[in-house]
Amino acid sequence: YRRERTLVLRSSSSALYNNLAVLCPPSRPPAFGAVHGTTLSLLGNEGPPRQLQARGGASALSTPLLTQAAWCELPARVLLVLTSQRGVQMYESDGSTMVFWHALDVPEHPAAHSVFARGIAAAGGHFICVGTSSGAVLVFDIPPKGTNVTLSEILEQHRDPITDIAAEQGQAPDGAGDLVTADDSGTLCLWSTGEEFTLLGKIPGSGSTCSSVTLWNGIVAAGYGNGQIRLWEAGSGRIRAQVSAHARWIYALDLAPLTGKLLSGAEDSFVHVWKLSRNPDTDDIEIQHCHAECVTDTQVCGARFCDPAGDTFAVTGYDLSEILCYGPA
Amino acid sequence: MSARTLPLLFLNLGGEMLYILDQRLRAQSIPGEKARKDEWTDVDRKRVMNDIIATMFNKKFMEELFKPQDLYSKKALRTVYDRLAHASIMRLNQASMDKLYDLMTMAFKYQVLLCPRPRDILLVTFNHLDAIKDFIYDSPGILNQVDETFRQLIETYSCLSDGEFQLIRQTLLIFFQDMHIRVSIFLKDKVQNSNGRFVLPISGPVPWGTEVPGLIRIFNHKGVEVKRAEFTTAGNYITPQREGSFELYGDRVLKLGTNMYSVTRPVETHMASSSKNLASQAKENIVPNPLAKEELNFLARLLGGLDVQKPSGGETGFRLNLFMTDEEEEHAAQTRPEELSYKVINIEATQEPGRRAELSRILGELEVAEPRPASAEKGEDLLALMDGL
Repeated sequence: YRRERTLVLRSSSSALYNNLAVLCPPSRPPAFGAVHGTTLSLLGNEGPPRQLQARGGASALSTPLLTQAAWCELPARVLLVLTSQRGVQMYESDGSTMVFWHALDVPEHPAAHSVFARGIAAAGGHFICVGTSSGAVLVFDIPPKGTNVTLSEILEQHRDPITDIAAEQGQAPDGAGDLVTADDSGTLCLWSTGEEFTLLGKIPGSGSTCSSVTLWNGIVAAGYGNGQIRLWEAGSGRIRAQVSAHARWIYALDLAPLTGKLLSGAEDSFVHVWKLSRNPDTDDIEIQHCHAECVTDTQVCGARFCDPAGDTFAVTGYDLSEILCYGPA
Repeated sequence: MSARTLPLLFLNLGGEMLYILDQRLRAQSIPGEKARKDEWTDVDRKRVMNDIIATMFNKKFMEELFKPQDLYSKKALRTVYDRLAHASIMRLNQASMDKLYDLMTMAFKYQVLLCPRPRDILLVTFNHLDAIKDFIYDSPGILNQVDETFRQLIETYSCLSDGEFQLIRQTLLIFFQDMHIRVSIFLKDKVQNSNGRFVLPISGPVPWGTEVPGLIRIFNHKGVEVKRAEFTTAGNYITPQREGSFELYGDRVLKLGTNMYSVTRPVETHMASSSKNLASQAKENIVPNPLAKEELNFLARLLGGLDVQKPSGGETGFRLNLFMTDEEEEHAAQTRPEELSYKVINIEATQEPGRRAELSRILGELEVAEPRPASAEKGEDLLALMDGL
C-alpha cells in the first residue's frame, strides 16, 4: 500500500471510536463522513460537501455532540445513521432528507452516567441496530421506502455503554449467529437476527474496553483499549487468536469481506492491515500481518476499507482536517 | 459528553496557571529590602499564590464543581480563570491574561493527548495537586483544603472504568479540538511542530497493561496455544517499569503534569494560526449559545463576589507581565489575530442602563438564601453558592 490522495474536510475529526463512515456504491467513487463535535462532514462525489447537524432535544441550550455516523446498506435501501447525546437520526444516503428521529430518554439534569447513543449496524435484511450508553441495543425495523421506521425490539444484555455493533459480512457457519454487539467492559454478545433477536452467546470482558468489532465467516475480530486484537469463534465463544497489535487504544477496525483483510487503527498513530483465514485441515483461525502505516503525529480515530477486496482504505485522525487515502503500491 | 469532566479540566488548567504565575513572579521579584513600593518581593509572591490557591480550593466551590454537569463553554471557562487570577493583589492586562490562558490550555491539551492510558489523566491531576501542595506547604489551612479535594478526586474517580475515563478524555479532546497555538518552550523541546501540532512519539514505554506490539498467538478449538508469530513495525517500544500511584501520597511515575517551567526558561507564545484552522475556530464563535451571556454574567458574579484584595500602593497595583517587557505586552495586545480573541466581557465596564438593570435583577435574585429549586442553567448553582462566600 502507499499513500494516494488526501481529501480535505471542512472541519477536523473528533476523537471518537470508529470515526469514519464510508459508502462504496458499485462502480461509483466512495462517499465519506467524519464527525466533528456537533456536525458530520460529508464528502461525496455528487454535489458539494455537506454538513449535517446533530438534532437538539427538548432544551435548546446547546447542540448535542455526535458520537458516530455510519451508512447502513440494506437490500432495499441505504440509510445514513447518526448517533448523538440526544438520540438517533436517520437520513437518505446522500444526507439530503431526514427519514426518522428517535429521542433517547435524557434526564433534565446531567447525571453521573452520561446518556448517548453509539454503535450502528444494518442487520437481518431490514433492521438497523443502534447501541446506547445504558447497554441497551435498539432494533429498528426499516420499511423498503418512506419514513415509517418503527422500534421493533430493545435488547438488554449489556450492562455497560455499547461501543460498536457489527453484522456478519460473509457466510455464518451453522449456529454462529449473524450479529455481534460490544461494550465498554469488553463484553461481546452474539445474536441471531429476525423478527425476534435471539441471544446465542456472551463472551465476558476481561478488563479492557472493546472499542471496535467485526464479524466475518463466524469469526469475531475485536479491538481493545489495551491495543490487542482478539479473534473469537462466534459459534463456541472461544478465543482463537490474540495479537499485541498496537501500543495504544484501538479506535477502529474494518473488514474486507471478499478477501478477509482486516484493518486496525489506533491512538499510537499506526494503521495495520492483517489477513484472516481459516486453515482447512486444522480448522484453526489464522491471522497474518500484511502492512503497517504510520500516520505521523496523529491519533487515528477512523479507518475503513474503500472497496470489498480491501485494496484501498481511508484514515481519519484527531484534529486532522483531512481524510487520508491509501491504495495499492 | 461525560458529565464528570469539569473538575479535571478546572484543576489541571488551574495547576498550569499556578506554574506559570509562579515562574513569572519569581522572574520579576526583587529582594525585599531593595524593592520599591510597586515591585514584587518574595513575600508578595507567596501571598499571591496563597490567595489564588485558597480561592481555587474553596470547599463550597469544590462541592459544586464535582456535581455532574456539562463542560462550560470556552468563553465561560476563560472568565472563571480571569477572576481567579485576580483573586489577589496581582493585576494582569488583557494581553497577559490571553497569553496565560493560551499557555494553560495548550499545556493541558498536550498532557491529555499524550496520556498513555485514559486513566492516567488522574495521575496528571495528582501531579498538579502535589505541586500545588508544595506551593502552600506552610499554610496548614489551605493545605487541608487541597487534601480535601484530593480525597474527593480519589472518591469520585478511582472506581471509574477505563471506558468511562476514555469518555472523559474524548470530552476533553473535543474541548481542545483545533487549538494549535505554538508555545516556545514546546517548540524548543521538540514536543510541538512548527505547525502547532504536537509530536506523538512512537517509542518508549507502552502504557501499563498494554503489551509491546509484535506478537501473534494462535489457539486451537480447545484453547491451547498452537502457534506464535511475530511482526515488526517502525515503532520502538519497551515494557514499562511500574505503575504510578493513585493514592493520596505516592510516586506518580508519569512526568506529565509536573512543572516544566523554571526561572531560566521564559514562556512565550506565537500567535500565528494557519488559515485552515480559522474556519473551524471562527465557526465555534458563531454558533449562538443562548446561554453564553447569562453564563458570563453568572460566573463573573461568581468570582466577583469573592473577597478581592485591593492593591495597597497606587491604582494600578502589582501588575504582572507575562511578556519580557511592557512594550512586548502592548505589541501582543495589538497584533493578536481576531479569531483568537477570547472576547471576554468585562461586566464592570458596561455602561448601558439596560444591562445594569439586568445585572441588578440577577444580583437581586441571587440574594435568596435557601437552595434554588431545579436550576437547569450551567453554573447557576455554583454561582448561587459562591454568593454566600
